[in-house]
Amino acid sequence: MAEPGLSGSDSGSAVRLRGVTKTYDSGVTALGPLDLDVGRGEFVSLLGPSGCGKSTALRIIAGLAAPSTGTVELAHHGAAQRGSHTIGFVFQEPTLMPWANVHDNVRLPLKLARLPAAAADARIDAALDQVGLAEFASAYPRELSGGMKMRVSLARALVTDPDILLMDEPFAALDEITRFRLNNDLLSLWRNLHKTVIFVTHSVFESVYLSERVIVMTARPGRIGAEFRITSSEPRGEEFRTSAEYAAFCREVSGALAPSYAGQAGA
Amino acid sequence: MKSPQDLVRFVLPIAVFAAGLLLWEAIVRAYGIQPYVLPSPLLVLKTLVADWPILSQSLGVTLLTTLEGFVAAAIGGVVLALLFNQSKWLEYSLFPYAVVLQVTPVIAIAPLLLIYLQQQTAVIVCAWIVAFFPVLSNTTLGLSSVDRNLAGLFQLYGASKLQTLLFLKLPAALPYILGGLRIAGGLSLIGAVVAEIAAGSAGAGSGLAFRIAESGYRLNIPRMFAALLLLSLAGIVIYGVLALVSHLLLRRWHESALGKDS
Repeated sequence: MAEPGLSGSDSGSAVRLRGVTKTYDSGVTALGPLDLDVGRGEFVSLLGPSGCGKSTALRIIAGLAAPSTGTVELAHHGAAQRGSHTIGFVFQEPTLMPWANVHDNVRLPLKLARLPAAAADARIDAALDQVGLAEFASAYPRELSGGMKMRVSLARALVTDPDILLMDEPFAALDEITRFRLNNDLLSLWRNLHKTVIFVTHSVFESVYLSERVIVMTARPGRIGAEFRITSSEPRGEEFRTSAEYAAFCREVSGALAPSYAGQAGA
Repeated sequence: MKSPQDLVRFVLPIAVFAAGLLLWEAIVRAYGIQPYVLPSPLLVLKTLVADWPILSQSLGVTLLTTLEGFVAAAIGGVVLALLFNQSKWLEYSLFPYAVVLQVTPVIAIAPLLLIYLQQQTAVIVCAWIVAFFPVLSNTTLGLSSVDRNLAGLFQLYGASKLQTLLFLKLPAALPYILGGLRIAGGLSLIGAVVAEIAAGSAGAGSGLAFRIAESGYRLNIPRMFAALLLLSLAGIVIYGVLALVSHLLLRRWHESALGKDS
């Protein structure tokens, strides 16, 4: 079994996967082999049908799962920031601690790193500010809407100022209006904070709207089926969503996704 | 207590209770039943007041035993569950014996304990044996029902075993632990009573259960009922206090403690 490496690379890639596969004990190969390079500050979407291993790929990059073969390299900006601080992870569910209020939920990564409360508070306030939840610091998750919970989850991922933000279908469970708003907020966060973002989704429209690059994955075992560079002249906003070029990209990406579904019964 | 339905739910059991007492009183009077066969509710109440010095002292003894047994069960159950959670080997080695202790009727174990232990210790051990299992099994369940993604997040941020336990597993298990404690409260009273009755035949002791046994020999049936009433009340109060503590601890976040409209 290959160890996921954490050595820095000077190639400008933030994440580099080589020949990564994942085979479960049952003998089912879920992923790969997968080669993937994500540049620093790039916004990349992994798009594919459910069960294609895109979430598994994300968990392997995060170190939450070990690859069966292959290597994972993560670049980090400074030597002092080795390890967990380089990564922020947002799950499909908000994954908040129900017994803690918003402030304490966002504080979790800092608390686990044993950062003193005084030093943590400023960063927590900043993170909550970034997601527009400054007034809800003392609310409990139970009292928040689905979209707000997701914002808390995002603030928690941002509070350590990670280089890489991994997002696993974070908005899939939200209603469309909320999803659109969070899409826009995520885009402006990305523009301001210059994070590397790997965004897993099964929505063609979401992937085209958000990303600089869309990677279409094949059905199990997941491999790269096609890649699209999404270029738009203006900074993206609601006008882009209704533009002809957006529609054209969506049509193109959907076309590439179709073979992935062709083999699936009932699809 | 806002809607009429809530009021009905509150009033109905009280009405049934009052009706039962009236019927009881009426039957005793109508048929002239002797107090050593069946005392009337009024006589039970009078006995309770008249014998209060003796009964209150016995109540104190039983409550203290119950409390000691409960605390031992709470600590023992939670600590055992934590150890089992940390080490599978320990769990596999010891869990069957916890089950054996639980399924063997305590009334059969009590006389044995009284042979080998001092009476006061034996009574507490009895209360512990009866009460620790629900705490153990509930805590074990709670510790293993942690959200998988939250656990992943702790792993991602390099949490130590102790941090994971304190900040994730214990809070996640808290509703389960409190549920176990609520059952344990009533059970430790049962354990204390069983041990007192077993010890009572040996002659020593002064708890409420001992009073019941003693009054039985002396055909002092009204005092039996009075002591029984106190035991019942003690059980209700213990349950109520634990339910209140549970509510106060969980009210901000757990489903079980939230109102329907929130």
